[in-house]
Amino acid sequence: MILTFFYHLGRFVNLLKLMIARPENGGMYWKETMRQMNDIGIGSLIIVCMIALFIGAVSAVQIAYQLGGQIVPMYYTGYIVRDMTIIEMAPTLTCLVLAGKVGSNIAAEIGGMRQKEQIDALEIMGVNTAAYLVFPKIIAALFVVPLLVAIAAFVAIIGGYLAVVPTGMITESEYVFGLRSFFVPYNITIMFVKAVVFGVILTSIPAYQGYFVGGGSMELGQANMNAVVYSNITILFFDFIITLMMT
Amino acid sequence: MILSIFYHLGRFVNLFRLMISKPEKFSMYWKETTRQMNDIGVGSLIIVGLIALFIGAVAAMQFAYQLEGTFVPLYYTGYVVRDMTIIELAPTITCLVLAGKVGSNIAAEIGGMRQKEQIDALEIMGVNTAAYLIAPKLIAALFVVPLLVAISAFISIMGGYLAVVPTGMITESEYVLGLRTFFVPYNVFMMFVKGFVFAFMLSAIPAYQGYYVKGGSIELGKASTNAVVFSDVAILLSDYVIALMLT
Amino acid sequence: MIRAVDIKKSFDDVEVLKGISTVFEKGKTNLIIGRSGAGKTVFLKLLVSLMSPTDGDIWYDDVNITTLNKRELIDLRKDIGMLFQGSALFDSMTVEENIRFPLDMFTKKTKKEKQDRVDEMIEVVNLEGSNNKYPGEISGGMQKRVGIARSIVLNPKYLFCDEPNSGLDPKTSLVIDELIQKITRENKITTIINTHDMNSVMEIGEKINLLHQGRLAWVGNKDEVLESDNELLQNFIFASPFLQRLRKRAMNNK
Repeated sequence: MILTFFYHLGRFVNLLKLMIARPENGGMYWKETMRQMNDIGIGSLIIVCMIALFIGAVSAVQIAYQLGGQIVPMYYTGYIVRDMTIIEMAPTLTCLVLAGKVGSNIAAEIGGMRQKEQIDALEIMGVNTAAYLVFPKIIAALFVVPLLVAIAAFVAIIGGYLAVVPTGMITESEYVFGLRSFFVPYNITIMFVKAVVFGVILTSIPAYQGYFVGGGSMELGQANMNAVVYSNITILFFDFIITLMMT
Repeated sequence: MILSIFYHLGRFVNLFRLMISKPEKFSMYWKETTRQMNDIGVGSLIIVGLIALFIGAVAAMQFAYQLEGTFVPLYYTGYVVRDMTIIELAPTITCLVLAGKVGSNIAAEIGGMRQKEQIDALEIMGVNTAAYLIAPKLIAALFVVPLLVAISAFISIMGGYLAVVPTGMITESEYVLGLRTFFVPYNVFMMFVKGFVFAFMLSAIPAYQGYYVKGGSIELGKASTNAVVFSDVAILLSDYVIALMLT
Repeated sequence: MIRAVDIKKSFDDVEVLKGISTVFEKGKTNLIIGRSGAGKTVFLKLLVSLMSPTDGDIWYDDVNITTLNKRELIDLRKDIGMLFQGSALFDSMTVEENIRFPLDMFTKKTKKEKQDRVDEMIEVVNLEGSNNKYPGEISGGMQKRVGIARSIVLNPKYLFCDEPNSGLDPKTSLVIDELIQKITRENKITTIINTHDMNSVMEIGEKINLLHQGRLAWVGNKDEVLESDNELLQNFIFASPFLQRLRKRAMNNK
């Protein structure tokens, strides 16, 4: 168990090391990076907005419910929803779902290329496949995932509003007052740091799983699943580490 | 878009109508169900424990950090960690990760059987494949996932303890006092309802995706991704609906 | 010319190749044949440097590739073309984009020059009119032809073909074989083909290497196949009793 962990870790680091090399042709890498940004960013926009809406709504409803009958004033709902979504919910939940969508896509794509000998074909041409297949995805995620997380945080706060204000649980002015109370800009920094780190995790781990996939379709399914699960665990682990270091 | 939603919804409901029938041989179904319980439950135990630990730790640290400098007493950390994990984090995050692990597994398994004509082979034998392949997974998930969620909530609270007490952020007696304050047994009921509903989502949707998969390994990969993404969205949607109805 | 000198390869404790020495000649279609599990695929992967041998040397003209480092290997690979068993076309690219890919990646040609080269290739492999189709939309034989076009677009000195006939009907197989032979002769390429298709053997077998259980069992050309009394060879080529009777009759008529 421990040994296989280090085996995978070593091979993972090695893959990332192979990745760092002068591109054969900058233009091709640029084009591929743009394509990935479109796939990862635009392709996930609707889902990210949808889940953000629910996340915000759930948080607001539940907090309003918990605050009912307590000494804490109702406008705290807005304040807690804002901080909870910015610091925790938007980056973590968005990236968990993105690991399911983007991550499993990456594992399936690279794994399929490995199985259909397309990676060998690229190698024979003299392409550095570790770089060409993995690097553009990581760079694209590095730029796009923080944007998605920021959008998620924004939409979640709107979702919270829609869940509690029109239903009359708290008034609009209370919610907005809460949103404006105790605002710490540093929390935004935490959010972006999390998003950048999670973005790297949810592309590099699935890429690793796909790159080293074995023979059949069973293995591809397994790699796909491992990609999602290991990205999820690593995301939650780094969530903990970042919280530890930044708060 | 709207039409395709109704198309899938109709076929989904139809699949479950097909499922309801007298089992050909009860003992076969029983054996399969217990095997699935083992796969889903015991197979996910370590991962669920691991993520619960991180979730609790993050929640506790973030709350302790946010409460600093406000007039809310520090022992609230324990109280908020307990309620947040029980109501929201344990069921939702556990099930999002389980959708990635169990869900993509179910989609890949049933989809692989479809592509290798094993489902056709079972049909020719006269087996009700909708029932034999899906019902045991569904029933196993409905029993086992709520248990996993309960374990996750318990470990999260311990994780919160480990993150803030030994590090001296708050004292042990404060944390424990918080844990014991304002306890509403109804919240535990809510947790189980969520666990139960999410269990349905994360087993039924992937089973559907796998059962109707077509074509080659690319489609199988896509079905697996869709299984995870749609379960994730369905989980978060029903999370909101449950929060709305039960609070 | 490619020369293999006493090649050995083991996986864990299993020795798959037990010392193979042979020469693949320039401008000829060199075949590696043998039954499933004879070590053909491993041998081919060693020759193209996708794997490295446990022992032995591989010479590309006067370069020993087993001593090259990664960078030198990548430079060498610009001279190598390879046709894969499943064609290994990139699914998300059209026929034209697949063929153009090596040009995009490794040359500084203008758009016009690239397009001219692509059109020339498409003509060579007779795929006019399929420029903008995706690999999923064309037949297996056409995919193979796109694969050939892609592998020779940079004018390689060495061409490798892994089971170029697998999954094709005999007639289409013949077309692919003749195409490979024509390209080999016209461009003076060293071509190495890994096959177990006996039609190919008798059609384009200018130099045939028979592998058996990790060793070289027989070497010769297609004309020598009939006359050889090597039992392994005869069992491989004339596998069915029917074909064996035909061979006997042919020998008696001589």
